[in-house]
Amino acid sequence: MKSQTNRLERESRINRRKPIRFWFDNRGYEGYPGDTLASALLANGIHLVGRSFKYHRPRGIYSAGPEEPNALVQLEENAYTEPNRRATEVELYEGLSASSQNCWPSRGFDLGAVSSWFSRLLPSGFYYKTFMWPASLWMTYEKYIRKAAGLGQSPTEPDPHFYDKTHAHCDVLVIGGGPAGIEAAMAAGRSGCRVILADEKSEFGGSLLSENMLVNGQPCHEWIESRIAELESMPDVALLPRTTVTGYYDYNFLVANERVGEHLGPRVSARSPKERLWKIRARQVVMATGAIERPLVFADNDRPGIMLAGAIRSYINRFSVLPGNRCVLLTNNDSAYHAALDISDEGGHVEIVDVRSSPSGALVESAQSRGIRIIPDSTITGVGYSRGRIRHVDVMTLSEDGTRVVGKKRKIDCNLVGVSGGWTPTVHLFSQSKGKLRYDDANHCFVADRPSRNNPVTLAGSCRGTWFLKECMEEGRKAGCDAAQAAGFDPDSRREPVKAGKVEYAPMRPLWILPCNHPIGRGKKKHFHELHNDATVGDIHLAAREGYESVEHLKRYTTTGMGTDQGKTSNLNALTAMAGIRGLPIPEVGVTTFRPPYTPLTLGSIVGHDRGELFIQKRKTPMHPWHDQAGAVYEDVGDWKRPRYFPLEGETMHDAVQRECLQVRQSGGLLDASTLGKIDLQGKDCRWLLNMLYTNAWDKLEVGRCRYGLMLNEHGMIFDDGVTTRLGENHYHMTTTTGGAARVMNWIEEWLQTEWPELEVFATSVTEQWAVASLNGPNSAELLKELTDIPLDEESFPFMSMKTGQVAGIPARVFRISFTGELSYEINVPARHGLALWEQLMELGRKYDICPYGTESMHVLRAEKGFIIAGQDTDGTVTPMDLGMDWIVSKKKQDFLGKRSFGRTDTSRPGRKQLVGLLTEDPEVVLPEGAHVVSKLKNGPPMDMLGHVSSSYMSPNAGRSIALALLKDGFNLKGQTFDVPLMNGSSQRVTVTDPVFPD
Amino acid sequence: MLLIECPWCGLRDQSEFTAHGEAHIARPDTPGELDEQEWGDYVFFRKNPKGLHYERWVHSHGCRRWFNAVRDTVTDHIHATYRPGDGQPDLSDEEPDQPS
Repeated sequence: MKSQTNRLERESRINRRKPIRFWFDNRGYEGYPGDTLASALLANGIHLVGRSFKYHRPRGIYSAGPEEPNALVQLEENAYTEPNRRATEVELYEGLSASSQNCWPSRGFDLGAVSSWFSRLLPSGFYYKTFMWPASLWMTYEKYIRKAAGLGQSPTEPDPHFYDKTHAHCDVLVIGGGPAGIEAAMAAGRSGCRVILADEKSEFGGSLLSENMLVNGQPCHEWIESRIAELESMPDVALLPRTTVTGYYDYNFLVANERVGEHLGPRVSARSPKERLWKIRARQVVMATGAIERPLVFADNDRPGIMLAGAIRSYINRFSVLPGNRCVLLTNNDSAYHAALDISDEGGHVEIVDVRSSPSGALVESAQSRGIRIIPDSTITGVGYSRGRIRHVDVMTLSEDGTRVVGKKRKIDCNLVGVSGGWTPTVHLFSQSKGKLRYDDANHCFVADRPSRNNPVTLAGSCRGTWFLKECMEEGRKAGCDAAQAAGFDPDSRREPVKAGKVEYAPMRPLWILPCNHPIGRGKKKHFHELHNDATVGDIHLAAREGYESVEHLKRYTTTGMGTDQGKTSNLNALTAMAGIRGLPIPEVGVTTFRPPYTPLTLGSIVGHDRGELFIQKRKTPMHPWHDQAGAVYEDVGDWKRPRYFPLEGETMHDAVQRECLQVRQSGGLLDASTLGKIDLQGKDCRWLLNMLYTNAWDKLEVGRCRYGLMLNEHGMIFDDGVTTRLGENHYHMTTTTGGAARVMNWIEEWLQTEWPELEVFATSVTEQWAVASLNGPNSAELLKELTDIPLDEESFPFMSMKTGQVAGIPARVFRISFTGELSYEINVPARHGLALWEQLMELGRKYDICPYGTESMHVLRAEKGFIIAGQDTDGTVTPMDLGMDWIVSKKKQDFLGKRSFGRTDTSRPGRKQLVGLLTEDPEVVLPEGAHVVSKLKNGPPMDMLGHVSSSYMSPNAGRSIALALLKDGFNLKGQTFDVPLMNGSSQRVTVTDPVFPD
Repeated sequence: MLLIECPWCGLRDQSEFTAHGEAHIARPDTPGELDEQEWGDYVFFRKNPKGLHYERWVHSHGCRRWFNAVRDTVTDHIHATYRPGDGQPDLSDEEPDQPS
């Protein structure tokens, strides 16, 4: 087969010196550097590239840019594969491999399209209707639907690429590197301010890349090069090609995605980031985002070979490709005539079907002078299609109001159809910035009205409905000057003359939904307003009939604009169709809000380097290296890695925990408690503050003594607990739960700063300054005696007190407090000595039969004694009284945080959930935490629930399973039995007990 | 993402801050003397205006200081920030935001 049969001789943006080999559906083709996959396929005469989302209709390349609704391909294979890539945006590289999507067995012959059963199965509003059908029905057909509908395949292997992220600040961000954007960047850059110019294409020039005109006496492609060269020479101007600004957030914070190495192909780009996500804070934004051509909607307008007229110009002028040599253009405005002239210049045959009754003006005359046939007052009413390509179109005359066709059908042979329904300003980002849109009656499109207060932005060029090059450039220059000035610079606003050809356009005919020889939606032919999601004007009629008239309903009901193209070519025609049905002007139907991203972002780009090991910072205690060597299994507690248990060879978790728990009570064990939150409090008002933060009284705590406290919020509910020790006259050491450390610190700072700024209290987090080894068990005193100069006898070092001294030659604070109920010493040393302390304790511990134990055993041991864990046995709805801890609530204190809430009706009512113990009938059964206790067992839910299991373990010391639970009126249920239904359908009888389990 | 003027540090990204709801709710001096309704108002009830909202923020990933801000809940425009203890700023000269 002859290669690149549609490639033209003319010069353009491609480089012919070095042909590129690429693969599509396993067939080899040739293209050139500078091509997109779409232009290379068209150069090789390929229009049919895939099948549509719902109806499996053959689809071709429809555009030349990010608005592409049809030509979505699966790029590359295996780990490198990416679904739903727009062929119009994929740059060609050596060895590129792509395949068509949603085709089975092949794109030319697809079984899904053979019968029309599928289209009847998937009417508009399909998913909404589905939700009203029985759920069981969905189960049966879900797998068929999923197989038949949809687009590409997600990769199943990890992405071998890496992605980058960066932050940037600038004075002026210019979005869009077309003529207006280039001039804006130039004006701003010359004033000396920091400028970023971002454009989604591989090179700057925007619409001029698709042109062949003169600018300031130079061919436009040369003019672009000279302007870009000057911008490149400015040190404070950053040029970002291949960079799509996808999101516009508050206070001019914008997100852009740069395709750094992607265009080089997967294997090459593995050495550089594939993409880079830019987070840009701009003082001023200039939007020069251009316009997207609007389709006309006619019978069977989705056939391969039908594309936007402007896209034909792009393929000719930018890529030297004539997508077809016999072309029919269908238009309601003058811009298609430019395409006609370009096609004719390249020797193609072209005819124009114009829906206007008597097209006239300079462009029309140019076309006529070249012998191009113009068929006025007519439309295409049918399309002849076979084997991947259109073959002819049927043309008929329009009735006067444009709603019907009349007269005789004429057949025109062709292999390319170009359509133009005018241009839609690209206001997506402006809309994202909360700028207000307005309908422009003269241009029949939505344009920017006023920007939102927080997002200073200026628009220039066709994105604000300015169509002529000279004016676009002048607007760009002014916008650049204005933005620079607003950013505090002094730009030179003298006018530089702009010379660019200008033609007068005749008015368009505001008609986009074109009739055929049967009523729309009631015959064989389909009028697709939305190619991506296969939605037709018939669907809009259905939506209107079923009451989904509002744009937001219309969008969701027909899925218009919900594809990966976000309806760039379909939204306005959907509104127009609905306006026509309801007999309203378009602005009264309204417009949906555009949301980020403008074009899809890869998850890789959003994630960047924050994956795997770098996903989250791990917090490790000073003793961590020892735990690693001992083979500890870790548990995540917040960001901390805490040893959960220390298995010996061949031990399961259960084995290890049972052994550790027994050993702690029989001889001793050592727990790494370094993660406990620690706050150093100093100042003369500490005691007053503690009295407010905790429920109990702190007035009589002597220096060197410790006290346990519960912390409540103003609702009267427990949110943390811990032991606080008085180190000196005005000096305290507060401990918190591991997970609550930051929360308690915030809480203290909040009250000190906002409510009691007059207090003299300094709160400092010292969690990471101290390493803590908690030595527990009957042998702990004997062991510690060998290592310390602190007297350990009961009289000089009683329970709930603290001593300072040397432990293993290290200065230490030793706290005699216990979370196991055993004799226990919490040895605190400066963090840098933590590992040395631990090693010496473990070394000497061999003599005393001491084992290391982890958080799992810690949980079992404390539960055996009925000690709560705040956050596990409490959930923000639990008061001290609900836990049976009335003893810790001061009756004498006038006030503390949360006290007044105890008197609230709901807090003091009977029947609240209260903490109790549960013993299962079968002592071997360990209830799952979170299981519900029910008053009466039934065959299935709903059952009357009494409460839930909050902690549950196999206790080796009790010789059976134990559990804690929060049950309604629990204190009065002790001794009674209830049922706990389990996930596997069985249930377990339980007896309510005290939450302390004898060993 | 908002830009917020910390009264101590200057303009910073929103990601450095945490919002804490309505400002200027003083803790009652003698909670024990409040009836159920009054205490309930203090603990649970907050304004949810469409328009200017006086609210508390803390520069949690910066200087860790608390302050107040006046934010328009319609447009997210922050009209002023000020330190705790400073009175509510006079915004009568400010132009009202136009919702978009």
